[in-house]
Amino acid sequence: MENLRGTKSQEEQWMLQNQCFRIYDIVSRLPPQAQSVNVEVRRENHIEYLTKSLKQLGPNFSVLDANRPWLCYWIIHSITLLGDCVDDKLENDFIDFLCRCQGQDGGYGGGPGQMPHLATTYAAINSLITVGGHKSLSSINREKMYEFLLRMKDASGGFRMHDGGEVDVRACYTAISVASVLNILDDRLIQNVGDYIVSCQTFEGGISGEPGSEAHGGYTFCGLAAMVLINEVDRLNLPGLINWVVFRQGIECGFQGRTNKLVDGCYSFWQGGVAAIIQRLHLTVNKQLGLPDTFGCKTESDNDSSDSEGEELSEGSSSPVEIHHPTKGGGKLNTTVAMGVNCGYDFIKRPIGMKPIFNSKALQQYILLCSQEEAGFRDKPGKRKDHYHTCYVLSGLSICQHCNARDADSPPLPGDVMGPYSNLLESVHPLYNIVLDKYYEAYEFFA
Amino acid sequence: MNQEAVEESEERIPIRERPEWADVRPVPQDDGPNPVVPIAYTDEFNETMDYFRAVYLADERSPRALQLTKEAILLNSGNYTVWQFRRLILEALNADLHKELQFVDQITRANPKNYQIWHHRRWLSEKLGTNIASKELEFTREIFCSDAKNYHAWSHRQWVLQALGGWEDELAYCNELIEDDVFNNSAWNQRYFVVSRSPLLGGLEVMRDSEVAYAIKAILTKPENESSWRYLRGLHKNDGYSLANDPQVASVCLDVLAGKTDYVHALNMVLDLLCHHHQPSRELKDAIDAVSPDPDLSNIGLAESACSILKLVDPIRASYWEWRKSTITIPVRD
Repeated sequence: MENLRGTKSQEEQWMLQNQCFRIYDIVSRLPPQAQSVNVEVRRENHIEYLTKSLKQLGPNFSVLDANRPWLCYWIIHSITLLGDCVDDKLENDFIDFLCRCQGQDGGYGGGPGQMPHLATTYAAINSLITVGGHKSLSSINREKMYEFLLRMKDASGGFRMHDGGEVDVRACYTAISVASVLNILDDRLIQNVGDYIVSCQTFEGGISGEPGSEAHGGYTFCGLAAMVLINEVDRLNLPGLINWVVFRQGIECGFQGRTNKLVDGCYSFWQGGVAAIIQRLHLTVNKQLGLPDTFGCKTESDNDSSDSEGEELSEGSSSPVEIHHPTKGGGKLNTTVAMGVNCGYDFIKRPIGMKPIFNSKALQQYILLCSQEEAGFRDKPGKRKDHYHTCYVLSGLSICQHCNARDADSPPLPGDVMGPYSNLLESVHPLYNIVLDKYYEAYEFFA
Repeated sequence: MNQEAVEESEERIPIRERPEWADVRPVPQDDGPNPVVPIAYTDEFNETMDYFRAVYLADERSPRALQLTKEAILLNSGNYTVWQFRRLILEALNADLHKELQFVDQITRANPKNYQIWHHRRWLSEKLGTNIASKELEFTREIFCSDAKNYHAWSHRQWVLQALGGWEDELAYCNELIEDDVFNNSAWNQRYFVVSRSPLLGGLEVMRDSEVAYAIKAILTKPENESSWRYLRGLHKNDGYSLANDPQVASVCLDVLAGKTDYVHALNMVLDLLCHHHQPSRELKDAIDAVSPDPDLSNIGLAESACSILKLVDPIRASYWEWRKSTITIPVRD
C-alpha cells in the first residue's frame, strides 16, 4: 500500500526542495560568465537597501516598533559585514538614538520610553560596539547595566526578558553575552544559569527554549554560546549536539531550524554558528569521546596547527591570572566581583582545532542562489527579503567563508569562498556575532 | 498584522475628540532630532501611543487606560511594555480574567507566533488555575490544526500540563498527530515529554519497552524519517551502551539496511552502537557489506566502513562522517 501522496511535512518539503533544485539546475546550465554573475554577492545593492532603511521605514514597520534596536543591529551589522560603514553623522545619530532607548535603571528598551528588555539590550550593545569609537562605547552605562542584569535573574538560575517577562534560553544568552562583552560578568550573574541551559538540552541533542520543548537552532546557538562564555560547555553532551546539528543541513543545501522542518536562510547563522563554535571546542569534544588531549589536531597534511599546551588551559579551565590592559574608559567596575577570566577572548584566540563539520560550499550555494535577492536576503524562495534575514544570512555566509582558516586572524583561501574572492565578508566573533575587529576594539576598551 | 480579524470595525473616533480623554495631555515619543530607523507611523498609531505614554508615565491603572492598552495592542501586539502595563491594570482593577482570555483568544488567532501574547496567556492561565486547563488544551489544539509545529503553542501546552494538569488524553493526542503526519517532529517531542514526565504513566523506564516497539513500527514504515530514529535514541537517553544492549535496536537497523534504501539513519545508529562495544551479528556485518559500494572497504573495521558508506550516500555530511571516522578508536572487527 504505497502512498502516492506524502504527509503534510513531506509535501511541503518536496515542493521546496524541487524549487531549490530548479534554481541550481538553471544556473548550472548557464555559460560560465553568467554563472559567476549569479554567485556574486550584490554588495552595492545590499548596502543601498540597508542604508535606506536606516533613514526611513514605512508604516508597516509599526509592528517592529518595540524592536528598533534590533533593526539597528540587523542593519549596522550587515553593513559592517559587507565591509562598509556609515558616515560620521549617521554614527552620531545611532549613538543619540540608542541613548534614548537606554533606561534610567539600566538596559535598553525597544524604543525611547519603553521598558528595558534583554533582547533589545543585546541588540543595542552589539550595535554600539559595531559603530565603535569612544563616544559610542562610553555611552553605555555599565554600572546600571549590571544592576539591570541582576534584576532580570530568576530563581531558576535563568534570566527573564524584562520585569514580569518570560524566562528562556534566549534571555540567558542575551544577558550573558552582554555581560561578557562589557566585562561585567561575575559569579552572581553566572550562578545556576548553566543548570538551566543544561536542562534544556533535549533527547535529540539540540537545545530548546525551555525544559521539555523541542530542540531548535536559535536556542541551540544561544545555549551553546552562553555555556562557552560561562566556561561550562563541558556540561553539555557535545557529541549528541554535533550529531543533531549536522543533520539540520538538508539536500537543498541550507539549514533547517528543527528536525523535519523547512530550510530557512537565517539558520545559516544559528546552526552554522553552532558548527563554527564546535570547531574550537575540539579538546572538550575529544575528552567527552574518551580520546587523548592531543588527538585530531594534525589530521592528514595539517602539520601546521600548533596544538600547544596553552590552549588546553584556555578551554578546560579559567586562566588564573587576569591580564590587565591599559584602561581607556572602561575597566573593572568596583561594584562587581572580578572574575579573572574572559572566556570570549580566550575562545577567539584559540587555534581552530577541527575542520568544519558542516558543508560550507553547499550552504554558500543556498545563500547565494536561493536566499539572495537583487537587494537583501530572504528565508527561502517565495518569501520576501527583510532585515532580520539579511543580517543572519550574511552572518552565516561569513561563517562559511572563514570556517577553514586555522585561526581567527588568518584570511581564507580563494577556494573557501564561493564565487569571486570579492565575495569575502568580514569575519565575526561567533559567540557574540560581532565583526571581529569591532569586538577587539570593545575588548580593549572595557578591559 | 492581521488586526482586521480582531477588531470590530466601527468608525474610529480620534482619542483627542473623546470626552473621557479631555483631561490628558498626550506625550510624544522622544525620538530626537535625527533618529535612525524612524518609522512613518500612521496618525492613529502615533496618537494611540502618545496617549499610552501619558497613562503609562502617570501610572494610571484605570478602565480607560485598560481600553487604551487594548487599542495599542491591536496596532502592535509585540509591544511588551503595553502588555506588562495591561497586566498591572488588570490586577489593580480586579478585572474579569475570563473576558481577558476571550480577548487573548482572538488576538492569538491573528498572531499565533508572538512571544508577548503567549506570555500573557500563560500569566492569565496561572491566575485562572486548574479550571482552565481543559480550555487551554483545547485552544492549543485549535492552533495546531492550522500549524501543528507552532513552537509557542507547544511550550504553552507543556506548561499547562505541568502547572494545571490534564495529562489524561495527552498520549492519545500525540498518537493522533503522529498518525496524521509521522514526520511531525513536534508531536514526537511531545510524546517524549509525556512519556518521561506524565505523572500517570510511571516514567521513561516503565514505558521504554512499549515505546521502543512504537518507534520501531514507525521506523519500518518510513526509515528515512529522522524523528522516529531520534525518539528511539531518546528512549535510551542517548546512552550508547544502553542502545547497544537493546537487541531490538540492532535488529531494526538490520531490517532497514536489508532494504538497501533510506538507510542513512540506520547506519548512523549502527555507528554509535559499534562505538559502544556492540558486538555485531554476522547478519549485520553482511548487511553493511552489502550496501558498501567498494569491496575493499570490507577489510577495514566495521565502524570505519560505516563511515565510508555514509560519506558516499550522504555527501552533504561528508566532512562530518570523515571526522567521525577519525575519532573511532575501538577496534570492533576481529
